[in-house]
Amino acid sequence: MNFLKKIKKHTKVSFLNYGIVIAFYFIIQAVAVSGHLTNSLKGQLIPIVSYVIMALALNLVVGISGELSLGHAGFMSVGAFSGVVVSMSLAGSIPSTGLRLLCAIVVGALLAGIAGVIIGIPVLRLNGDYLAIVTLAFGEIIKNVLNCLYVGVDGAGLHMSFKDTASLNLAADGKILINGPMGATGVTKLSTFMAGTILLIVVLVIIQNLVNSRTGLAIMAIRDNRIAAEASGVPVTKHKLIAFVTSAAIAGAAGALYALNYSTIAPKKFDFNTSILVLVFVVLGGIGNMTGSIIAAALLTILPELLRKFADYRMLIYAIVLIVVMIATNNEKVRRFIADLKKKKKQEDAKNE
Amino acid sequence: MLANLINGISLGSVYAIIALGYTMVYGIAKMLNFAHGDVIMVGGYVAFCSISYLGWPPALAVLASVFVCTILGIVIEGLAYKPLRNATSLAVLITAIGVSYFLQNAALLIWTSNTKVFPNVFANLPAIQLGGTQIAPVTIITVLANIIIMVALTLFTSKTKMGKAMRAVSEDKGAATLMGINVNRTISMTFAIGSGLAAIAGVLLCSAYPTLMPTTGAMPGIKAFTAAVFGGIGSIPGAMLGGVLLGVIEIFGKAYVSTQLSDAIVFAVLIIVLLVKPTGLLGRKIREKV
Repeated sequence: MNFLKKIKKHTKVSFLNYGIVIAFYFIIQAVAVSGHLTNSLKGQLIPIVSYVIMALALNLVVGISGELSLGHAGFMSVGAFSGVVVSMSLAGSIPSTGLRLLCAIVVGALLAGIAGVIIGIPVLRLNGDYLAIVTLAFGEIIKNVLNCLYVGVDGAGLHMSFKDTASLNLAADGKILINGPMGATGVTKLSTFMAGTILLIVVLVIIQNLVNSRTGLAIMAIRDNRIAAEASGVPVTKHKLIAFVTSAAIAGAAGALYALNYSTIAPKKFDFNTSILVLVFVVLGGIGNMTGSIIAAALLTILPELLRKFADYRMLIYAIVLIVVMIATNNEKVRRFIADLKKKKKQEDAKNE
Repeated sequence: MLANLINGISLGSVYAIIALGYTMVYGIAKMLNFAHGDVIMVGGYVAFCSISYLGWPPALAVLASVFVCTILGIVIEGLAYKPLRNATSLAVLITAIGVSYFLQNAALLIWTSNTKVFPNVFANLPAIQLGGTQIAPVTIITVLANIIIMVALTLFTSKTKMGKAMRAVSEDKGAATLMGINVNRTISMTFAIGSGLAAIAGVLLCSAYPTLMPTTGAMPGIKAFTAAVFGGIGSIPGAMLGGVLLGVIEIFGKAYVSTQLSDAIVFAVLIIVLLVKPTGLLGRKIREKV
């Protein structure tokens, strides 16, 4: 017990998170082996992992860095489509699917990270609601540009165009990879649940080590009081950018994983609503709380599936739950009421002893 | 060219009316009311039902729509936003998103996802010829409505007691309370006005683009919000200017650059404006106190 007490609190939380992910993986595997895994849940596994990773990425920006981003689906789609292009164009040269998936995720993360730098430098000079609306605008721009993007591949390499498929000038053996508003079609599914779990653990290692490092402390200091942090010599823009770009890159990786789970994927999938969906995971899980993000993202991705019976009412219930939870956790009266209940219980416990 | 300009001003006027709702609520309650776009949709549906099912005349339908949306605005504010008066802005934002989901899905249940075709309300009004370009009656009415609303709101906020109370609350809630202003009632009033305007915008929007779906309000809502930020959120003339400019940019982008990229152009202009002038075109610079 003494040994356990000596471990720092944040280390315990970190290991709890790894534990949850690994346990989840083995439980699913066990259920799958025993043959009880339904097809609908099986199809949901990779989306669940992708959304958990997205929620962790967004929590880094919203919770740790304290900036509201409404355009994270944009980074996800950058990762998704670059991942698709990489995996499809490497199909001939790298036969191993695992290696190709790795390449796709790495390139997706890199390109989304670059997009994060390009967007982050101007955006992070703004504050509060203005920052939120600009990230929203960037998310919409990314979606619109991808809607006009045509990419094809043939013997000579990659071809890109913003007009139509004809202007790609593909050779006879060429193949269209991304077809404008239709998105990527005929994608070879590469993502596996195991790969997703490994990616999730890698992401957790990155985020938790970043948060508990000196840099993480600086980022949180800026969140709590920008002026005080600046006065103490913390470079504000640099640290905000570190959090933002890391988050963007992780979102890109999640996007690549997500896209390679489907045979077709359209840019429309990553619109404003997706950004909001992930934000809801983060807020319901607890802002700044990584464990909460993991659980909320997983549960809320499964929930609509479980509510299939109430098909028509499920989104209505979802909306009401969202409002009620926000009021219950943020209203002073409700909070005081809960605090009083806890106090009473403690007093009773003390009496009983 | 002229036709595009007129179309742009017309679309921009709709954005401007919606943006007024955003800007007033933001100025007073300091919150982004994401559900505003969906109130437009509700307004459109109420007008649609009263014309198509009940056979009411258009003027009565508009009144009914304004009435329903005003009540809806007050109810939403009272149930969802009032308990969060002192909460963080993120909590209020998520609640607003929840309300937006709720309205969209309630509309989906009531009116189903089938597209409704909005009846042509201004069919028996004559079109006007201007230098060889025909201007549809909807366009003229939209622009006129926009100007009337703008003037009325400016007079309301500067001359009436309630308007002065609104300005006082937006300046400093605590001080306003000390001066005997009922802050809660003032905020409710703002929501009522904003939602009433949304209903008018809904009817005008559906008259110009006559397809009605539960998600009809979402995109115009986001655009109008952009317009409000563009013009400087919290400022009434700013919302007007931002809305009209946004509409013109959108129509010109569609006509001369690319149909698919017109939204991207609108948002790109917004970003450039915010980077050069972070508080919008007519926004006031608020100095940060330590």
